[in-house]
Amino acid sequence: METAWTIATKDLKERLRDRSAYIVGIVAPLAMALIFGFALNPLKNYEFSATYAVVDLDQSEVSRLFIDDVLRAAPGVEVLQLATTEEGMALVDKEVNPFAEPEGTSADALFIIPPEFGTDVQSEREVELQVVGNQSAQSNAGIAVALARGYAGELTSVRVTVATIETLLQKEVDRFSTGLAVLSTPYPATLTDVTADTKQLDGTTFYAAGMAIFFLFFTVQFGITSLLEERHNGTLARLLAAPISKSSILAGKAISAFLIGIVSVAVLMVTTTLVLEADWGNPLGVALLVLAAVISAMGIVALVSSYSRTAEQAATMASMAGVILGFLGGTFFDVAQAGGLIASLRFVSPHAWFMQGLADLSAGDLGVVFLPVVVMLAFGLVTGSVGLVGLRRGMRP
Amino acid sequence: MGSDLSNGNVLECSDIRKTFGDFVAVDGVGFHIGAGETYGLLGPNGAGKTTTISIIAGLLERDGGTVLIAGEAMDPEATAAKRHVGLVPQDLAIYPDLDARENLRFFGRLYGLRGSELDHRVDEVLDIIELRDRANDRSDEYSGGMKRRLNIGIGLLHHPTLLILDEPTVGVDPQSRNAILESVERLGEEGMAVLYTTHYMEEAERLCDRIGIIDHGTIKAEGTQRDLVQLVGQRDRVRLVATGNLAAGSAALGELPGIDDAAVTAQGIDLIVENAHDELPEILSVASRTGVSVGGVDVDTANLEAVFLHLTGRALRE
Repeated sequence: METAWTIATKDLKERLRDRSAYIVGIVAPLAMALIFGFALNPLKNYEFSATYAVVDLDQSEVSRLFIDDVLRAAPGVEVLQLATTEEGMALVDKEVNPFAEPEGTSADALFIIPPEFGTDVQSEREVELQVVGNQSAQSNAGIAVALARGYAGELTSVRVTVATIETLLQKEVDRFSTGLAVLSTPYPATLTDVTADTKQLDGTTFYAAGMAIFFLFFTVQFGITSLLEERHNGTLARLLAAPISKSSILAGKAISAFLIGIVSVAVLMVTTTLVLEADWGNPLGVALLVLAAVISAMGIVALVSSYSRTAEQAATMASMAGVILGFLGGTFFDVAQAGGLIASLRFVSPHAWFMQGLADLSAGDLGVVFLPVVVMLAFGLVTGSVGLVGLRRGMRP
Repeated sequence: MGSDLSNGNVLECSDIRKTFGDFVAVDGVGFHIGAGETYGLLGPNGAGKTTTISIIAGLLERDGGTVLIAGEAMDPEATAAKRHVGLVPQDLAIYPDLDARENLRFFGRLYGLRGSELDHRVDEVLDIIELRDRANDRSDEYSGGMKRRLNIGIGLLHHPTLLILDEPTVGVDPQSRNAILESVERLGEEGMAVLYTTHYMEEAERLCDRIGIIDHGTIKAEGTQRDLVQLVGQRDRVRLVATGNLAAGSAALGELPGIDDAAVTAQGIDLIVENAHDELPEILSVASRTGVSVGGVDVDTANLEAVFLHLTGRALRE
């Protein structure tokens, strides 16, 4: 073991003097995490805001309720009430008013409540509610449409309920007050989404974690492929001529790869926590996941290297494996959202288990990391065992 | 470092065989090296030198034969035998990102040196290879000759009983080459057994007490330089630039033991002798007694190049 440490210490000393190790191990993943964190993560601390114009041509109690309880009640929505349709169109349609761009003179969407809206709502007639979207604010216009559809859905359920009441009572009721009573009745069951809302990493942590494991497959290469470098440089002959075992040489390489991997992830974790306020979760759980991820990366890189003749060839192959597994494992975007085969296939990648483990840990207790840790360790031990046998066999001057 | 040298031999190897697929790289090689002896393995590229020393150093598994280093059997897992061997590979085998002291300390630790013993030995070797003043500079900043010296220094660090140098002067400038050859001479004088492979005839002639000529994986001939020269019937040629009674001188010189032929030429007398170095004083004495006035002497000694050509049918550097 002392010999392995001697070799590992030498390797680490060499890496400390090799600028590319800093770039691949720390600078690149940190830069990527920062870029994603700052630039591509608008959802963090995002507050929805929209300005909707309303032309109420009905002026009924029902239309007032729609404006106050549906539109104004929506968080972040500012409502501009206008008298005429022309005024409203001027705020959302450039063709109508191409110069209407100054602040406060445009809206993301226009709701036109037609005359007889209230009467129609309380009858069984078809109800019309026009929504005109601003092409310059398609997202917020889409949300306006969603609000209208939601209102239509509610209206349908209220109508069905009121009709059922009338059928049961065998008489007509005051549909307006009955409808209000139906709306104020709480739902008998509520649905809590624990898979999407609570078991997801926030954007910053997602990208920090993604970059950490993505680049881990590059940083551990420095330890494993250095064995092939030693052969290229001729120093492997010296190591093999020394009174030490081949196993101690391999152990030394494994120790250096492990330490380089751990340090690079740790630096990224600390930095993203301090700079980007990333929330990695329970430290013990995170430590177990990182440990298992490093071992899985070492195993896969060892396997790939055992089929390579040179360090360059091994680095290229290991990088390709890292990129493919990284994309498949959802380090850049959540492939689980894609559904279907790709969502299932992602679990052949240790990256997916790492990301899944962190996401589960963010919503659950420490026990949730057990499966991801075991799977990643299995990845590492199986591929690593085959890889080490191959590397040992290839240890010749 | 304890060693069994009861028969005086540091290295004994016999009938070493190694094949790579259908290619027979080493086919029954055997020789021995005593303490303080420098043995040269002389052969062209591809003759089997590097494979032979790789087996002797425990880098390669052999297919057959035996290798004993100081009485210990050598194979790739034989750590006891490996402690006796210092290897200087043909290609530079140093870490360019580390300085000379760090390179030496690393390999010293692999050979079990620790603490003050390691510090002391590192300083000693730095003095031997004349890198003390550059010891803390990264080795990738060294000249080619300095790197070669460091390459040799690493092999010496643990006081090996047998030092194996595989073509240590390839690609080295003349000044560094001479420094390396002087170092090897000193090591031999200090009692270290040295196995030296080269395809430079003049290095083998200068350094080696005995020489094995290897080609196509077999030792073609072995012995001292003189033994080898005599083995193939090579003789020295001595040319006397002379005047006077050349006929009488030539006749008298032709009667001397060790002189195979004497003939009068336009410039003087030409002689074919077994050993010019030994015979020259007597030749000059007899010439003087027979009335020959010698104005100059040219000596062409038989050399290993000619021996090698005779034994293998090809030149040493082919």
